[in-house]
Amino acid sequence: MPWTRDQMAARAARELKDGYYVNLGIGIPTLVANNIPPGMTVTLQSENGMLGIGPFPYEGEEDADLVNAGKQTISPLPSTSFFSSADSFAMIRGGHIDLTVLGAMEISEKGDIANWMIPGKMVKGMGGAMDLVAGVKRIIVVMEHTSKHGEPKFIPECTLPLTGKNVVDMIVTDLCVFQRPDHDSPFRLIELAPGATAEEVAAKTTAHYLPL
Amino acid sequence: MADKLFPNAAAALDGLLRDGMTIASGGFGLCGIPERLIEAILDSGVQRLVCVSNNAGIDNEGLGKLLRSRQIAKMIASYVGENKEFERQYLGGELEVEFVPQGTLAERLRAGGAGVAGFYTRTGVGTLVAEGKEHKEFDGETYILERGIRADISIIKGWKADEAGNLVFRKTARNFNHPAATAGKVCIAEVEEIVPTGSFDPDCIHLPGIYVNRMIVGAPYDKKIEFRTVRQREAA
Repeated sequence: MPWTRDQMAARAARELKDGYYVNLGIGIPTLVANNIPPGMTVTLQSENGMLGIGPFPYEGEEDADLVNAGKQTISPLPSTSFFSSADSFAMIRGGHIDLTVLGAMEISEKGDIANWMIPGKMVKGMGGAMDLVAGVKRIIVVMEHTSKHGEPKFIPECTLPLTGKNVVDMIVTDLCVFQRPDHDSPFRLIELAPGATAEEVAAKTTAHYLPL
Repeated sequence: MADKLFPNAAAALDGLLRDGMTIASGGFGLCGIPERLIEAILDSGVQRLVCVSNNAGIDNEGLGKLLRSRQIAKMIASYVGENKEFERQYLGGELEVEFVPQGTLAERLRAGGAGVAGFYTRTGVGTLVAEGKEHKEFDGETYILERGIRADISIIKGWKADEAGNLVFRKTARNFNHPAATAGKVCIAEVEEIVPTGSFDPDCIHLPGIYVNRMIVGAPYDKKIEFRTVRQREAA
């Protein structure tokens, strides 16, 4: 059984450390917030100007002036602070955020990431993704191992326009985890989802990587 | 001191609008958008605007109103999802769009307002964003040159201001309002309430009055929520 979306998020959450400041992307990465290990303090940053994201508000307590980067209503915590977008991205670009978890359409074996545009389709913009991959200390990508059409997504070279070049540190898919110790090293297969085999991963991956 | 407070948005914009001008706007999605000023710009009929804003509103909300009326010729933005009219004009070649990474956009406004003509950043290196821009190595890393943005006017939404124009924002409605305020040659602020000068603790002012040239009270507001997400109360 490959990992579900929530299990992929839980696997990414195992990379959290006590005291970390973390930015979570939209989609599966958002589910990481539900999987923070008990007893661990992790502060979530929202790029629209908030540190310390709390849970969704109780019904009737929604506040139009309090939303996350996905424009969803949220609630504050006792530790919360608010600031401008310029300050928010100074945190991100200045290397003050410890970890970001993002989705992706393609990852190359050199750690390039493409997740913002498909030529010929409507372009919505990169939002804060290019800033996050350029500035955050550690970049984890959570994505399905293959596309809807069964095509590998971890490939030798990205075919889509890049979001960042040589930036990804870890890839969590529904089948396995790849990691590299630094940006000069190749990725290594370090873990398989229950029921997944190294042969299956190899068959669904065109990128070069070191074996388990 | 000249009175900064105007009776309404049209009066506050009087003499400032002209075709082809650049307007920087605060807001993130529909959170903290200067909606009264946008409505007055709509009513003015000014044309061929260049709008600098993180987003382009949604259909018929925020800057979406000026898109629908075709008053915007170019958008400089980081993310424009959730907007069908934008999509139609963009794909039809009627609307020019410059996509800027969100942090680069915030910093370009901040820099423009601070008299910084340009800055080097790692954001966008190796991507389409870097094409045609100066590349430079610092400490073994590649950076690209990005330019500061100066706008003809900036329009922002605050929570409260005093009569001197000192202004505070509320929660995540601060967002791009602060950097946009500083980037405009003239900044017009709409707020929910004007309080007497001296009401604020000077240590707690978010935007000093020097940046606010004109202001209006836009209340009452019916603030829009894009995605209402809630949790259930646990049973007692």
